[in-house]
Amino acid sequence: MSSRRDFLKGCLAGGTALTVGAGSAPVQARDTYTRPPEAMGLLYDATLCIGCKACMAACKQANNNPAEFSTSDQLWDTPLDTSGHSFNIIKMYRNGTMETKDAEINGYAFMKTSCMHCADPSCVSACPVSAMTKDPVNGIVAYNPDKCIGCRYCVAACPFGIPKYQYDDPLGRIGKCELCRHRHKDGHYSACAEVCPTGATLFGRTEDLLAEAKRRLALKPGTVTSYPRGRLRPATEKMLQGQADGKGEKRRHGWRDEPDQIYEGTVGKYVQHVYGEKEYGGTQVLKLSGVTFEKVGMPNLPPYSSAATSETIQHTLYGGLLMPIAVLGALSWVAKRNVKPDDDSGGES
Amino acid sequence: MSAQNHSVPVPVGGPLLNKTTFIAGALIVLMAAILLYRFIFGLGSVTNLNDGYPWGLWIVVDVMIGSALACGGFSVAMLVYIFNKGEYHPLVRPALLASLLGYTLAGAGVIFDLGRWWNIWNMFWPGSVNPNSVMFEVAVCITAYIVVMWIEFSPVFLEKLGLRDMKRKLNKFLFLIIALGTLLPMMHQSSLGTLMVVMGSQVHPLWQTPFVPLLFLLTAIIMGYAVVLFESCVASSAYRRSIEVHLLNPMARIMLGIVAAYIAVRLGDVIFRGVIGRSFHLSLEGLMFWLEMACFVAPFLIIGTEAQRRNPARLFVAGILLVLGGSLLRLNGFLIGYDTGPGFRYFPALPEILVTMGMFATEVLIYVVITRRFPVLPREA
Repeated sequence: MSSRRDFLKGCLAGGTALTVGAGSAPVQARDTYTRPPEAMGLLYDATLCIGCKACMAACKQANNNPAEFSTSDQLWDTPLDTSGHSFNIIKMYRNGTMETKDAEINGYAFMKTSCMHCADPSCVSACPVSAMTKDPVNGIVAYNPDKCIGCRYCVAACPFGIPKYQYDDPLGRIGKCELCRHRHKDGHYSACAEVCPTGATLFGRTEDLLAEAKRRLALKPGTVTSYPRGRLRPATEKMLQGQADGKGEKRRHGWRDEPDQIYEGTVGKYVQHVYGEKEYGGTQVLKLSGVTFEKVGMPNLPPYSSAATSETIQHTLYGGLLMPIAVLGALSWVAKRNVKPDDDSGGES
Repeated sequence: MSAQNHSVPVPVGGPLLNKTTFIAGALIVLMAAILLYRFIFGLGSVTNLNDGYPWGLWIVVDVMIGSALACGGFSVAMLVYIFNKGEYHPLVRPALLASLLGYTLAGAGVIFDLGRWWNIWNMFWPGSVNPNSVMFEVAVCITAYIVVMWIEFSPVFLEKLGLRDMKRKLNKFLFLIIALGTLLPMMHQSSLGTLMVVMGSQVHPLWQTPFVPLLFLLTAIIMGYAVVLFESCVASSAYRRSIEVHLLNPMARIMLGIVAAYIAVRLGDVIFRGVIGRSFHLSLEGLMFWLEMACFVAPFLIIGTEAQRRNPARLFVAGILLVLGGSLLRLNGFLIGYDTGPGFRYFPALPEILVTMGMFATEVLIYVVITRRFPVLPREA
């Protein structure tokens, strides 16, 4: 990691020197950011997903999005991918006879597609007008249409293809999952997790979700374990729990919960990898799957972010405007000597 | 007027209404109609843009390639004022005019493409700007450069209007404007390349490199000279003027030097990063890489010798090849080598193409009007 950064620094210093012919460049390599400690997110466990798409309907409703049709009868909301009007999609993987769930060969599997809420999001780095921002406390990557100029650099930058633009609307916005942050003040968390009947999508602190994901990976396939549903409540919180109706809880941590809905289930055959733990410096949405992640549409990403690389280049060249000012000074000095007072006589010998 | 020095710029004169301006005018009217439709019904109504290819013809061709094509003014001004090659002075004004128009239209082209254009002020609002964003740097720099170029070019209008006092005052700090006019394009032409860095592995490794700012800067300078070669030949034939071969020949030599440096950096980079092998894969990207490379290598065969460079036809062809090479670098990096995942295709829609043609037509029309009525081109000997 650090050797890669040094390489980058070297390249830049060399490139800059070549570019401007100036000597000392203020090289400010920046590391990939990590998740804030109180980061909120989701854990999606594909082995628990039954493909009911209740989360898609709930997402539409929570975000007040219109139905999108892909069938000729135009009756049901049937988006084929996330879009400016669909922030959450359950996609399906299928192979051969489709006999076994979560099997790569002759099997089928589901995968949730929605914003990963990166620790170091490309969209936030790309956005020229701070319309995409990352909350310093809960880490939610939020969108502000009142600042957005619609340049769609965020759309181009995201490695997951998440921010999408509403091309069908002259006042089109960027659409993406914001973890239902607009519902948090009422004690509601992400609608997809609220409605998921099997707890395949679970809301919580990313740190807790990561521990839960690792717990599942360590279990023996076929054995029985307990699965929470809705919101993952960390052990420390359970000790503080108030009344059984959940009202006591709301007062303590702000979430309007139903009573704990833990159920017993069989452990699936996992790929031994928590997707999002390290990808691009980590994401706040984590995923478990029985099928290799690349086959279910999750890109193979390095542990460092492109935003860090991009900003290192940007600030090496323009940090504090030192280099531009130095170059401007040199150019002005040279130009002052070479510009003849009455220029239009031209053609000097 | 003063001494009839042969390089003093004078208006070409002649009619403003002819076949060229008529066709350009028709294309502009068509463009205006399409743009009106676009602003009423949204981007999707006239373009094939989609979320897999959020940037299409208007951004990659009109803005990225268009602004690089408009680097003639910067490239020639750098030669004249920074490297003190005064003999190239007659080339400055025509090149600057083309640059001015190219950049102003590239700036306008951005507005057509912005999905929420009414919020554009945020780009300059201290409470909104994001200095981490490469796009922010590009936008501010290009805006500043457009203003600087109009000032740099304003003596042409001041001369015509006889405002000698104002011109004298302007001359006092013209050196600063010229220095800015050299610095700003260096900054944003390199940053136009840096735009792709944050896209990470979505950009093919043959184009995704930390050296991309240098590659874009070098090719912008090269394209600047190449366009001057091209324009000089076209303007000479259109206005039936003699070609300034005595200037173009040595300028082409300097240009070839920069092309050689570019090829060294480009090949060195793909070899050093160990991705050169990818160019031999039987793929569109591999083919495009070598096509792009060929456009930079071929000029050495065409105008490599002094004698070859005295032939205007050869200068013209080499200029076109280098313009094509630089354009391919941009097209390959941002469209052909850009892949955000399966399921997306992009080829510009007819209205998109017509708008791009309308933009170039606008440039031609204004160039013709200004060179015929204002002192831009050097007086014929």
